[in-house]
Amino acid sequence: MSLRERLASGSFAVTAEISPPRGASTDPITAAATLLRDWVDAVNITDNQGSNVRLASWAGSLAVLAAGLEPVMQMTCRDRNRIALQSDLLGASALGIRTVLVMTGDHPKFGDHPGAKPVFDLDSVQLLWTLRTMRDQATLLSGRALDPAPECFLGAVENPFAPPVGFRAERLGKKVAVGAQFVQTQFVFDVPAFGRWMAQVRDLGLHERCAILAGVGAVRSLRALDYMRDKVPGVHVPDEVYRRLRAVPADRTAAEGTRLAAEIVGQVREIQGVAGVHLLVAGNERVVPGILDGAGLGARSEGHNGR
Amino acid sequence: MCLRGICIPRGTVGLVTARPAIPAHPRIGARTAYLLQRMLRPNAGWRWLSARIEASGPARAAFTSAEKLVKEPLFGCRMCGQCALPVTGYVCPMGCPKELRNGPCGGVGPDGSCEVYPARRCVWVEAYERAASQGRAADLRVLHRPADQRRWGQSSWLNYWQGRDAGLWTGHAGETGEADGTGDAGGSSRGPR
Repeated sequence: MSLRERLASGSFAVTAEISPPRGASTDPITAAATLLRDWVDAVNITDNQGSNVRLASWAGSLAVLAAGLEPVMQMTCRDRNRIALQSDLLGASALGIRTVLVMTGDHPKFGDHPGAKPVFDLDSVQLLWTLRTMRDQATLLSGRALDPAPECFLGAVENPFAPPVGFRAERLGKKVAVGAQFVQTQFVFDVPAFGRWMAQVRDLGLHERCAILAGVGAVRSLRALDYMRDKVPGVHVPDEVYRRLRAVPADRTAAEGTRLAAEIVGQVREIQGVAGVHLLVAGNERVVPGILDGAGLGARSEGHNGR
Repeated sequence: MCLRGICIPRGTVGLVTARPAIPAHPRIGARTAYLLQRMLRPNAGWRWLSARIEASGPARAAFTSAEKLVKEPLFGCRMCGQCALPVTGYVCPMGCPKELRNGPCGGVGPDGSCEVYPARRCVWVEAYERAASQGRAADLRVLHRPADQRRWGQSSWLNYWQGRDAGLWTGHAGETGEADGTGDAGGSSRGPR
């Protein structure tokens, strides 16, 4: 069952994330995809995440496809102009990559090539709009015709916690208006704040036109916790979560992190309009079964809980 | 630095080189800016004047320089030539290091700071506050089409009065109050072109 079919069926969707390696091999991606295959509906392949050079998202997506799992090819606006982005969508669609996730992308300042030119020729709304027009109207941004038009299921991202908080649901509304069919959110550690954003999303009726997948991550270590809290733009770790993970002995941080993730999956699942979860576990795919079992979701293949 | 024997103090280098994309705090209140917006709205007078200015090379260059002299200190204008200020609470989105014209990225700090320049406020946080303070928050729902990179260095006022800005975004500034709440003020069906 594809991610699109899963979401259309109304059963709870699960996606995860794989970071391609810094090297010319797709073997680590194949290994991770094989591990995740029975547990998730689709897996994101990040696009030079954190502005660090990695194997290309399209190449990683092909490896995932070959491993028998649906890839979600991430596309950022950071490195490519409108010519390259449109060209990439055509190539991806032709080779069988049919699910695409569009985002602005981190600024080059945060990565391993801080002197790189920040492109941002299109923003994420304009890129979604462009891809939808390519698919639905078979035309490029220039107006030239495409034959055949690409096929794609279009995803977006949103950060419910970043200011201006009053505008975040509206910003998603802009993305839905131009073609976003599903959205994956930033890490949800603050479930009440996420619930407030979801209420705004429901008020705008967005959950009926776009599947909302809550981002849930498992904290691996105290170092990762500090990094996430202090260094990753846009991640909000509430004090009570921070204290809870600090309170357990260091050798049990990972287990507590997985338990917390499972609890958050269970909590967001109860929120009206949440269609699934996106597990932000890149580099730590092994924890996925633990999180899903802990949340009572189990493996995909078991058809557990009527999924 | 010296150009043809004329010494230009270091602080004014911005007059001859492009200003980088750094968030700028507008030096004019939102209310005043919206009042000016009414004055500057295209009409027969502005169309006539802008056509006369465009007809002459030197007049056009002088007018473009004058626009920069006014808008750079006020808004941190970078002369993109396709001004979005009327629908962004008069906070320039091209000051965003990612030049985002449709709203903030996800990296805004909890205190509203820019992720790239943490000492500065995100232009979109400021845009939202200023637009909302004047009952214009719905302006932020309009969909901005991709910027035309050929327009850098042009006068946006001339482009505006000559009607070349008509398709920059869906809907019109100040007419977005009735938006249906879907964020699709004016409709996206025409496409991003």
